[in-house]
Amino acid sequence: MDIFSKVKEIVVDQLGVDGEDVAPDASFIDDLGADSLDIVELIMAFEEEFDIEIPDEDAEKITTVGEAVEYIESKVG
Amino acid sequence: MRGRVTEILGIKYPILQGGMAWVSTAPLVAAVSEAGGLGIIGAGGMTGEKLREEIKRTKSLTGQPFGVNLMLLSTYIKEQIEVVKEEKVPIVTTGAGNPGELVEEFAREGILTIPVVASVALAKRLLRRGIKLIIAEGMEAGGHIGETTTMCLVPQIVDAVSPLPVIAAGGIADGRGMAACFALGAEGVQMGTRFVCTEECEVHHLYKEAIVKAQDRSTIVTGTTTGHPVRCLRNRLTRQFEELEARRAPVEEIEALGSGRLREAVCGNVEEGSVMSGQIAGLIKDIKPVQQVIEDIIREFKETVKKLPQAVED
Repeated sequence: MDIFSKVKEIVVDQLGVDGEDVAPDASFIDDLGADSLDIVELIMAFEEEFDIEIPDEDAEKITTVGEAVEYIESKVG
Repeated sequence: MRGRVTEILGIKYPILQGGMAWVSTAPLVAAVSEAGGLGIIGAGGMTGEKLREEIKRTKSLTGQPFGVNLMLLSTYIKEQIEVVKEEKVPIVTTGAGNPGELVEEFAREGILTIPVVASVALAKRLLRRGIKLIIAEGMEAGGHIGETTTMCLVPQIVDAVSPLPVIAAGGIADGRGMAACFALGAEGVQMGTRFVCTEECEVHHLYKEAIVKAQDRSTIVTGTTTGHPVRCLRNRLTRQFEELEARRAPVEEIEALGSGRLREAVCGNVEEGSVMSGQIAGLIKDIKPVQQVIEDIIREFKETVKKLPQAVED
């Protein structure tokens, strides 16, 4: 499975949203209804799934699905 | 009562007084620390200089350890952090978010950061920062709150951060509540509302009386639609909130209604002010000296724990 699909799966699981809404430009907070605690959970789930560490300073910059995918690609690539 | 919490904090009893903006000021903080607990100044929306004044006032009243609670979303957070460092406050609790690298920044100055968290994920994330203690706060608490109850949150955080000691908060006002939290795996408790109803707390007597009069269903959570839920006592203000939220008013309008309302309540306007209070208000029936609060809780705690073995007898 490619990174986008895995990210999408995690987002659907964690936020309880429809897969079709998880577009690359979807904002976690504005479009997918996440709050700050949801974001922390998402980041932790990404770390676990891709076996990477996302420091707080980087996590703060990840606001959309696309940004998450791009960041993970840069780490696991 | 010796344990890891009292040892780390250098106090007699594992009881913390939650930092409450405009409410936990020097006289209350000092009284709690003098009585063997840990008093905590609520920095809230204070400017750096006002906070410094409050810290100095506390130091003049007690030689015991005390703390400052920083609300990370405060407009004055930067200057508050500097003042805490300059005044060498030994302990800081943080609310409203992830303190992140602030934990290490304070550690370099010899200041212990105890984050207040409302979720397992944030608790786990903070382990990386080298925290030594954490406060798990359930949604029974007053003021800004999370979504999970103390009963459900505490054991999950205890498991997630094990072997780190956890302090439970939200919904505790007597020794039975404290014993329940210890049963869930906590090693200390933090209480806010109980300490509002003390002689030393500086809020207007009408605020304290509103809590004493409150019953089991007297609190309400407003602001769930804006993403900043706040628990307070029902009054004219909360009815206005309910009305705005029911007709899905814009977030700005809802937040504007809440602006400055806590201070109004603290000054005695308990109808139009935001009388922040925990859900446990209904259990609080009196206004007494801080030392009495702490002694009563420790006595009840011990009595409760002593009764428990009967439950497992054949």
